[in-house]
Amino acid sequence: MTEPILSVKNLTTHFFTRAGVVKAVDGVSFDLAKGEIMGLVGESGSGKTVTGFSLLGLVDAPGRIVKGSVKLNGTELTTLSGNELRSRRGREISMIFQDPISTLNPMLTIGQQMKLAIDAHEPLSVRASEARATELLTQVGIPSAKARLRAYPHEFSGGMRQRVAIAIALLHRPAVIVADEPTTALDVSIQAQILFQMRDLARETGTAMIWISHDLAVVSSLASKLAVMYAGRIVEEGRTATLLRAPRHPYTAGLIASLPAAAKPGTPLTQIPGTTPSLLSMPPGCPFAPRCDRVTGRCEAEPEMTLQNSRGWRCFHPIGQLAEAPV
Amino acid sequence: MSDERTPLNRFWAEFRENKIGLVALVVVVVTILLALFASIISPQDPYDLAKLSLMDSRRPPGFVGSGGYTHLLGTDPQGRDLLSAIFYGLRISIQIGLAAGLVSLTIGTALGITAAYVGGRIEALIMRLIDLQLSFPAILLALVIVALLGQGKVQLISALVAAQYAYFARTAYGAAKAERGKDYIEAALATPLSGRLVVMRHLLPNCMPPLIVVATVQIANSISLEATLSFLGLGLPVTEPSLGMLIANGFPYMMSGRYWISVYPGISLIILIVAINVVGDQVRDQFNPRLRK
Amino acid sequence: MNIFLHIDNISHIFKANLTAGERIAAKLGAKVETRSVRAVSDVTLSVRKGETLGLVGESGCGKSTLGRVIAGILLPTTGKVAIDGAPVMENRHKVTTRVQTVFQDPFASLDPRMKVGDIVSEGPIAHGLTTKPEARKYVARWFERVGLDPVWVDRYPHQFSGGQRQRIAIARALAMQPDVLICDEPVASLDVSIQAQIINLFLELTRDLELTCVFISHDLSVVQHVSDRVAVMYLGRIVELGPVAQVFGKPAHPYTAALFGSVPKLVLDADELVQFNSIEGEVPSPLSPPSGCYYHPRCPLATALCGTSQPVSQKVSDLRTVACHHYKKQLAEVLSD
Repeated sequence: MTEPILSVKNLTTHFFTRAGVVKAVDGVSFDLAKGEIMGLVGESGSGKTVTGFSLLGLVDAPGRIVKGSVKLNGTELTTLSGNELRSRRGREISMIFQDPISTLNPMLTIGQQMKLAIDAHEPLSVRASEARATELLTQVGIPSAKARLRAYPHEFSGGMRQRVAIAIALLHRPAVIVADEPTTALDVSIQAQILFQMRDLARETGTAMIWISHDLAVVSSLASKLAVMYAGRIVEEGRTATLLRAPRHPYTAGLIASLPAAAKPGTPLTQIPGTTPSLLSMPPGCPFAPRCDRVTGRCEAEPEMTLQNSRGWRCFHPIGQLAEAPV
Repeated sequence: MSDERTPLNRFWAEFRENKIGLVALVVVVVTILLALFASIISPQDPYDLAKLSLMDSRRPPGFVGSGGYTHLLGTDPQGRDLLSAIFYGLRISIQIGLAAGLVSLTIGTALGITAAYVGGRIEALIMRLIDLQLSFPAILLALVIVALLGQGKVQLISALVAAQYAYFARTAYGAAKAERGKDYIEAALATPLSGRLVVMRHLLPNCMPPLIVVATVQIANSISLEATLSFLGLGLPVTEPSLGMLIANGFPYMMSGRYWISVYPGISLIILIVAINVVGDQVRDQFNPRLRK
Repeated sequence: MNIFLHIDNISHIFKANLTAGERIAAKLGAKVETRSVRAVSDVTLSVRKGETLGLVGESGCGKSTLGRVIAGILLPTTGKVAIDGAPVMENRHKVTTRVQTVFQDPFASLDPRMKVGDIVSEGPIAHGLTTKPEARKYVARWFERVGLDPVWVDRYPHQFSGGQRQRIAIARALAMQPDVLICDEPVASLDVSIQAQIINLFLELTRDLELTCVFISHDLSVVQHVSDRVAVMYLGRIVELGPVAQVFGKPAHPYTAALFGSVPKLVLDADELVQFNSIEGEVPSPLSPPSGCYYHPRCPLATALCGTSQPVSQKVSDLRTVACHHYKKQLAEVLSD
């Protein structure tokens, strides 16, 4: 098997706040192969966004990466200096954020912003920058791209703005793109267009992608493998189809079952009781135990990740194995 | 379930953590206490002309006067004990500052919220008036009004209010306009609840944070403005010396070495104003959600 | 069909106020463009008692504006809304408490400076449904009904999670004992697992209290789950209306078909795990809608007629209407799939 382009081992990011230590990401490990699209799924508070930020070194005080390793193309990112990290950010690994309104500078034209992004790593002449920018804007599906370079962000619709953000992320042909809920704020029909576009782009450019989302269906339309996060940890991972058709972790199963699409209209939905735990004061043991219907005395210890081929689950009583008799 | 305390408790807990703000608050509280109990703690009543003796005038700090006690900060040209005069002066400053501040707060808030809530022509009219008002230098306005109304506490407070209500109105307007568009106001109106109820119970309390900040700053400004007017001889009558007047009295003697007559009242004034401003800054920072971790 | 909630020919135009300069210019004879947006155009709907009507559409379709009109929050430019014959608004004011609203953002719809018990009891006290001394018990009962511990009435909104706040918002609406409930994207800001809880609560309460509901959402799967009938909106007009299974299963309007088709759906037992298609183009700006049928620039079935003539609502069956010149072709296409 070839070397993965991104290798994350035991990534741990904590926030040291006035109220206590928030363990936002608590030992996350995964590998990403060249051109692979991975979905990082979870609800709010699961740590998925902070994981994405940690990969790019964008975690601000009072948070920081306390341990773990992030290897991009063989280079360890967590030990790099600010400048070294900045030279890689945008060039080898880039990010697309949820809200295109806040990621684009309202005072600059699209062309100016793209030129700034180009010059940050490999300055080109004005004409060459324009050519590259036009090429990318066309690739992401913006019509009359050359003329649109002179437009300001507010002259674009939400879907178009997100495409511009994607184009900027692709400028330097990065090895990895981290996309944090890029279609959540968009209309359904625009989302569909962008999903198709991303699928084609990933295939054409060979860029690996980490797609962070809370929407299982959206993620599953793109990703070949999924990782489900809960309370800062990955609780299940595996190939998309197998994971969704036969989930092993009770949380994954609960998530799938609680989708309205999974139930007959008008009937009560399967709901996971309780709420996500506070990351400030997590009780020992499995973080999902208070809400799980398969819990036993064993769950007072913290489960490790069980790996089998390319499947992984972090549970003492995975579905598919007979639940032990309650202790 | 998180954070059990009321908003007020939370506020106070966070305020306590900043040492400088706490010190400033202590200074303000001590000053208020000094002012409140001025008549008890002062060795001399500076208003009682009968007790003054010209033999004691312009004496340096540490001088033992005809009253038989030590003038810790010296005496002024009329023979007043400076320490006592400063205590009484602080009382006047605080009284007038607070009164002017609170009246301006009431008038300004009422105008600003009315403009924001009612909208239309009334909004335009009120805000143009406020803009006009704000383009006048405060001190000019205060001078004109005092010249028209004459001297005295009420006249002075009126002048200060006229000079300052516009700041409150503008802040209240901005806050009310911002809150007016929020869901909880719309939800209250949708019940339906009367406009008056929504303004008094929902709009007003949520506009208070920026107004409190403006209030602290404006109270400090009032004190400073009053001192300025008194310095120019347009404040209270000579028999009720405020800090500004004490400073004015001592001005001709600055060059001849009798510094204490101006300097000590000046220092007390500065300490009071700075302390109020620091407290106001701290309050403002705490209300700013972006600065909180 | 016994009509309980009747929405009659509602149109609403948002006019941007002219600035003083523009007004002067207009007086002097210059031609000044009035910027107006037709948020809702000619909407007529009837809802039976106890029915839940879903309202779906993308941004700019006018569903939120329509929701606010029905709730009595916004006075429409033309048309009126009536509950059981009685008008909702009169003289520019809401004159009934029979319709209440649950808003989208649970973080913004509760006054941060009031105790949640006071927020819920305020309306009932003002309208005589309870008195000040009885308020505490009254609120406690509703708290229990929505799944909250009555002990929490003295707490402040910031002490609750998103899902709990939404329950408080529901309690506030129900404490007014309405007959009609307008829910404007009530689960959009919530996590998936909390969504399920709130949806279940909604189903239980509307059934127990026999509420008539208008459920506004952009999430088709949620609407499909909770609604009896659904109205699909596009640029302020209703393009299709009918029982939810029929409208989504056999859409009569090309937009409904495209919209439903573009949502990624998990189909766990099919070969292709996720199924969806994409629609061409983007929703046009409401400031300058296309001529004729608003959807024609993006419609695969469009003909010359569609560019010139605005289609009116026609009956497809007893409970279904559609506004399309070629709906028969659309229905035939669906059947042939």
